[in-house]
Amino acid sequence: MTTPAPLLSVNNLSLGVVRSGHRPTVIVDDVSFTVAKGERFGIVGESGSGKSLTLRAIAGLLPAGIDALSGSVTYEGRDLFSTSSAARRKLMGPEIAMVFQEPMTALNPVVRVGEQIAEGPRRHLGLSRAAAMALAIEMMAKTGIPDPAKRARAFPHELSGGLRQRIMIAMALSCRPKLLLCDEPTTALDVTVQHQVLRLLEQLCDDFGAALIFVTHDLAVVNQTCDNLAVMYAGHIVESGRVKDVFRDPRHPYTRGLLDSAPDFDQPDRALVPIPGFPPNLADRPSGCAFAPRCIHAQPGCLVASPALESLAPGRSVACIESDSIFQGVPA
Amino acid sequence: MLHRLNFIPGRLLRAVPVVFGVTIVVFLMVHLLPGDPAIAILGDKGTPQRIAALREQLGLNQPLWVQYFSFIGRLLQGDLGDSLVNQRPVSEVLFQAIPVTLTLLLFALVIAMVISIPLAGIAATRPNGARDLLVRIFTLLGQGMPQFWVGIMLILLVAVNLRLFPVGGYGLTDSEHLYYLFLPALTLAISMSPTIIRSLRTSTIAALGSDYVATARSKGSGGSGLFVHHVLRNAAIPTISVIGVNLGYLVGGSIVIERVFAVPGLGSLMLTAIFSRDFTTIQAVALFIALFVIVVGILTDVIYTLLDPRVNFSSKERA
Amino acid sequence: MTTPTALLFLAQEKRRNTRTRSLKAWYRNPSLIAGLIVVGALVLVAVLAPVIAPFDPVKQDLQNSLLAPGGAHWLGTDKYGRDVLSRLIWGARVDLRIGFMAVLIPFVFGSVVGALAGYFGGWFDSIVMQIVDIFFAFPFYVMVIVLVFLLGAGEVSIYLAISAISWVAYAKIVRGEVLVVKKQDYIVAARLGGMSHGRVIVRHIGPNVMSQAIVYAMSDIVLDIMAIVTLGYLGLGVAPPTAEWGSMILDGQEFITTQWQQATIPGLVIVVTSLGLSWIGDGLSDLLSPERRK
Repeated sequence: MTTPAPLLSVNNLSLGVVRSGHRPTVIVDDVSFTVAKGERFGIVGESGSGKSLTLRAIAGLLPAGIDALSGSVTYEGRDLFSTSSAARRKLMGPEIAMVFQEPMTALNPVVRVGEQIAEGPRRHLGLSRAAAMALAIEMMAKTGIPDPAKRARAFPHELSGGLRQRIMIAMALSCRPKLLLCDEPTTALDVTVQHQVLRLLEQLCDDFGAALIFVTHDLAVVNQTCDNLAVMYAGHIVESGRVKDVFRDPRHPYTRGLLDSAPDFDQPDRALVPIPGFPPNLADRPSGCAFAPRCIHAQPGCLVASPALESLAPGRSVACIESDSIFQGVPA
Repeated sequence: MLHRLNFIPGRLLRAVPVVFGVTIVVFLMVHLLPGDPAIAILGDKGTPQRIAALREQLGLNQPLWVQYFSFIGRLLQGDLGDSLVNQRPVSEVLFQAIPVTLTLLLFALVIAMVISIPLAGIAATRPNGARDLLVRIFTLLGQGMPQFWVGIMLILLVAVNLRLFPVGGYGLTDSEHLYYLFLPALTLAISMSPTIIRSLRTSTIAALGSDYVATARSKGSGGSGLFVHHVLRNAAIPTISVIGVNLGYLVGGSIVIERVFAVPGLGSLMLTAIFSRDFTTIQAVALFIALFVIVVGILTDVIYTLLDPRVNFSSKERA
Repeated sequence: MTTPTALLFLAQEKRRNTRTRSLKAWYRNPSLIAGLIVVGALVLVAVLAPVIAPFDPVKQDLQNSLLAPGGAHWLGTDKYGRDVLSRLIWGARVDLRIGFMAVLIPFVFGSVVGALAGYFGGWFDSIVMQIVDIFFAFPFYVMVIVLVFLLGAGEVSIYLAISAISWVAYAKIVRGEVLVVKKQDYIVAARLGGMSHGRVIVRHIGPNVMSQAIVYAMSDIVLDIMAIVTLGYLGLGVAPPTAEWGSMILDGQEFITTQWQQATIPGLVIVVTSLGLSWIGDGLSDLLSPERRK
């Protein structure tokens, strides 16, 4: 490959719960992907697919009880897992920042929002209290919050959901990070607000030149926002590639299922086909392909071993041993 | 911000019937004495003349409601009656004792916070870990030990054996007061801190697992800054009301502890009055303590409101 | 180890997992078991006091006063030459009896008042809550000490004094529970089905709200025992020379510099007692309301 060194690379990352005397319960299994400078990368999957945990592992915010079992995360050549926590805290904000799903709970309820935005710039940019507050108000204006100077003195519960998420975005971008991690940032919002927030994120990432990792269950959002994507199922990446390639020509039955079960505004008359069944229990993982129990194309061979992610073309991979036979001759 | 304190007048108004009830209870105390209160108070020292004089002093010859209203009337003029032992106004001794006990309570509260905040923080960072277990043992022991016994043990260890602090008394100057009050305050703090630690531990665990702490970490916050600014600031809020409720318990405890350490506060005043059957003094101390508890309750609501911007007692316009 | 009956039981457990959670839990509840063992042992000692106490707890023997532990007097003797161990054993009778008995009246009275107030609401509820607020203004010890003084020292006064105050807590707890339960659909259904208020309270509300009151009763016993020993320490408790832990500490405090164990050991016994009772309380709260614990 001739691509320049990526901004972030996740290499064979596995996450899980370790309990003494038990085999670890693997939640994210052998996940690898890279994100280039300024790239917008989407991770799509159902809840429980491990997409949010992967994001939290990059941010160093794994919940208590869940640990990295193997693999590494490299940011600009630095292995994040072997970086000291103090050095890592210096990265969080000016290099990597994060926007969470639920802006009500993600904002500190007893601190004024302006102060919360100013906290990062004061720490990382060495700004005075007044300068940091001025920057916070400027960032709030950039995210389209009307009357920012007054709103900066508000507490989170005094603002609407859309405004709160704009606050989160202003906070995340206040130190001009090179990588913005977004965990379903629009899911908790009203549909009308979702679109505005999405546009805002795109525009600001362009303005600031930040790369974006966008975790969502909503394919349409990825289609609008991202350059490349990875589809996750039960802790595995089952398919990855450029967004338009994957949408035009999905190569994994699960991706196809996702596309068929999501409404498509270009073809409003198309019937929606839900995927039968439920994701597997991770503590009791079936041998073979995790999707096989729900897959209408499953063959006996699918139950033998977990399929590896195979490269189809540069930047395009799929983890399905039957992919060729299923999708051969299927019209794109 | 301050408009949220508009609830205070209403809150005060709601306290009025409680205060009224408290005065009735205190007033009725004398009638709980078996038989004739005057005879009961004087005991074997009761000559017919003295009994008659005491009945006159307590107004026992009048109908109950007349007695009550003259009791209230005198209270409103700040007259708490005269001591049955030395015939001097009770308010004199009472107002000497009040600052002593208030200092003791405040000191105990400060020590309790100094003990509780780090212990709760340590316990909460790794729930069910070894250090959490140690803290839990401390809270179990703290709750299981009688307060006066803790005081005696501290006297034995710290005052008698190590000779670090006096066995009892109050000292003469302000700094001496603090020096003499340290052990009694520590005793009260030890018995109060388990409740604070339990509450603070639970709310700290909740705060540590919260999204906003994850957000703060994603801004590069960590260590003590994270703990004070984001965790403690939220975790302290439910603990405030726990402390408010338990201050009453602390006042009760201080009565016994003042006895153990010979601190000349309300508790010593009350117990001395009990042993000398000085009924008016007992009434006055009980009344003051009850009013203090009511005031602390109101103050707790005010502090709670100031700390938590989401609470709004005064208006329902915001959801 | 595993009998067929037990296997059958476990199999049934799996099927009715949620409904029989409390049944499954009791023998796996270490805190309940530890508490029952400790408190059971103490009760046994109290019951068997006349048999196991080596000496008469009140008989004075001034020639053998203030003996150090050892010899015939394992824990030494007090200033009147009374055997400390025997007084501890007999003291268990007094303190445990009063502690357990003092809970009964407040538990019943407070629960009934709280249930009625919560169920019927209205003016009755307002009056009860007003009284509750008034009582909460008086700290427990203040009220107990004053009431015991007014009623005269002695066991009956202690019961009356504690009962007069501690019913309030039960009323408040049960009322709060009733307010939650009475909105549930099955209560509404029972009323609509023509069941009388009395039957609804006894059959449906009672069993659902009592668990919190029972759990509280355990910590209330601890509180009462603390009050009893405190009264004993202040000289307002059970009249001397009856052996009682609090008054033993008072007697021992005089000799704290020479015979530290005299004041220390009764306190340790009280600590063990309240630990046992708290463990039972913790275990019961696990058992009776598992959904409340996280």
